[in-house]
Amino acid sequence: MIFARDLVKRFGDFTAVNGIDVEVAPGEAFGFLGPNGAGKSSTMRMISCVSAPTSGELRILGMDPVRDGTRIRARLGVCPQLDHLDPDLTVRENLTTYARYFGLSRAEGRRRADELLDFVQLRDRAGSMVEPLSGGMKRRLTIARAMINEPDIVLLDEPTTGLDPQARHLLWERLFRLKQRGTTLVLTTHYMDEAEQLCDRLVVMDGGKIVAEGSPRSLIETYSTAEVVELRFPDGLDLNADYAAKMSGIGERVDPLPDRVLLYADDGDAALTEVHRRGLTPSSVLVRRSTLEDVFLHLTGRTLVD
Amino acid sequence: MLTTLAAARSTRATRPGLSTTRVGAVIGRNVGALRSGPSYWIVLVSGFFEPLLYLLSIGVGVGALVGDLTAYGRTMPYAAFVAPAMLAVSAMTGALAETTFNVFFKLKYAKTYEAMLTTPVRPVEIAFGELTWATVRGSLYTAIFLGVMVALGLAPVGGALAAFPATILVSLAFGAVGLTISTLMRGWQDFDLLNTGQFAMFLFSGTFSPVQNYPAWMEVLIQVTPLYHAVELVRGLSLGVYGLGLLGHAAYLLVMLAAGLWFAARRMERLLCP
Repeated sequence: MIFARDLVKRFGDFTAVNGIDVEVAPGEAFGFLGPNGAGKSSTMRMISCVSAPTSGELRILGMDPVRDGTRIRARLGVCPQLDHLDPDLTVRENLTTYARYFGLSRAEGRRRADELLDFVQLRDRAGSMVEPLSGGMKRRLTIARAMINEPDIVLLDEPTTGLDPQARHLLWERLFRLKQRGTTLVLTTHYMDEAEQLCDRLVVMDGGKIVAEGSPRSLIETYSTAEVVELRFPDGLDLNADYAAKMSGIGERVDPLPDRVLLYADDGDAALTEVHRRGLTPSSVLVRRSTLEDVFLHLTGRTLVD
Repeated sequence: MLTTLAAARSTRATRPGLSTTRVGAVIGRNVGALRSGPSYWIVLVSGFFEPLLYLLSIGVGVGALVGDLTAYGRTMPYAAFVAPAMLAVSAMTGALAETTFNVFFKLKYAKTYEAMLTTPVRPVEIAFGELTWATVRGSLYTAIFLGVMVALGLAPVGGALAAFPATILVSLAFGAVGLTISTLMRGWQDFDLLNTGQFAMFLFSGTFSPVQNYPAWMEVLIQVTPLYHAVELVRGLSLGVYGLGLLGHAAYLLVMLAAGLWFAARRMERLLCP
């Protein structure tokens, strides 16, 4: 569905995407994970054929986005980071108007609009203007809009950023149904739980490059341990580095943070026993499974990027 | 005009041709906006009244003090001199209001075009769609205005019919330039600049007095600006004063249309598809 080799995007002196290789198979849910500024959105814009690659090879649905942009876009559904719904139109008209851009007849546009309004549970708001809708409703409408042309690939740029938990879960559930129908999903996110929920396979991007690739499970296995012990000490603020030094050798890796010490080990309880044996007395302890977040922070570092 | 645009064809284009379906869909979006609420209607209706009020206050009111005026080798009531100019102004303001104010908002704030460009629609099709819509708006104003002129005895029916296509050309030319201006605007403060320019043209382009009344240097300056040509073309046709000069004015407007569209399509491509 998507094939990229050594793909580069530069804006003047700034290199947003610095030579990435990506392949997405039909029916797959593929994720671009990374901090802000990693190059995810630039990559998405190239895939959605609104931004031409600076160099490298890119094929979407077997076609060249520079030459066949119009034809490719006819088969894509794009859900951008900002909703940019049309404020001058009603909820339903946002869909029917969009259908016309794809050359669908008015009758077909109306039919699909009603079907999609049911799908995203907005039927009762069909005649409302866009502005009074909640963030979650707007995002659902944007997703409905992206599906009006029955696309082969749906591109979602940070689909649930800024939504409350209920809205996120509803959205995930709808996206999961889409995936079950065989639609290929490509999404960007910086939420690890989202990537774990939705993606079959993902790449972690940092500084315009791909730093890791695989399924959520395999990434955790490769870049983290099965479990993580989080330890907090009452006087930790200045002494966490000292505590970490005293734990050296336990588990695979020790990571002192300002507020807590992370201990990466395949057996968290055993590691904790060893911590206690060494005479350390943390004020609170949490043994948990390793998540993509651990992988992500390990790979992309802890410094704030912007 | 179409060949010029084919030359402006972008890298994203699949074919040099335009899809009329997609241009139609861009226009259809504005029709939808018109149907959805009263706000657009207010904008639409208010734009019509300004030239009409000028015609009544200055053309008819001041005209009563001025009496008859001799221009183009004939003598006419002052209001009959001013009316065709106000007609050209309606065409200009109708098209400019749409392609500057509305297009700028959609471009910069509503991100309407970004959403359109995730579909098969191309920037040049957006430019064509918006220009067509702006011309419909301008021509709606001029059609009503011509009706008023005929009703007030300021133009013969034949003159009004001859002038109408010219007002369409005026709307197209100003609309195309307006599109380019929108892509160059930095923020709302730039609209003050545009308004000043528009108002200066409105006052001096042979609208309220023949340009020969000004010093020679000013006359030359006026003849460079677009509204002068619009006024002369529309006035010549509505009064029935034909001459080769009219072709020159029409040519000026045609060049303005082609250049405006060409730049607008290019600028939109640059802004929206970086």
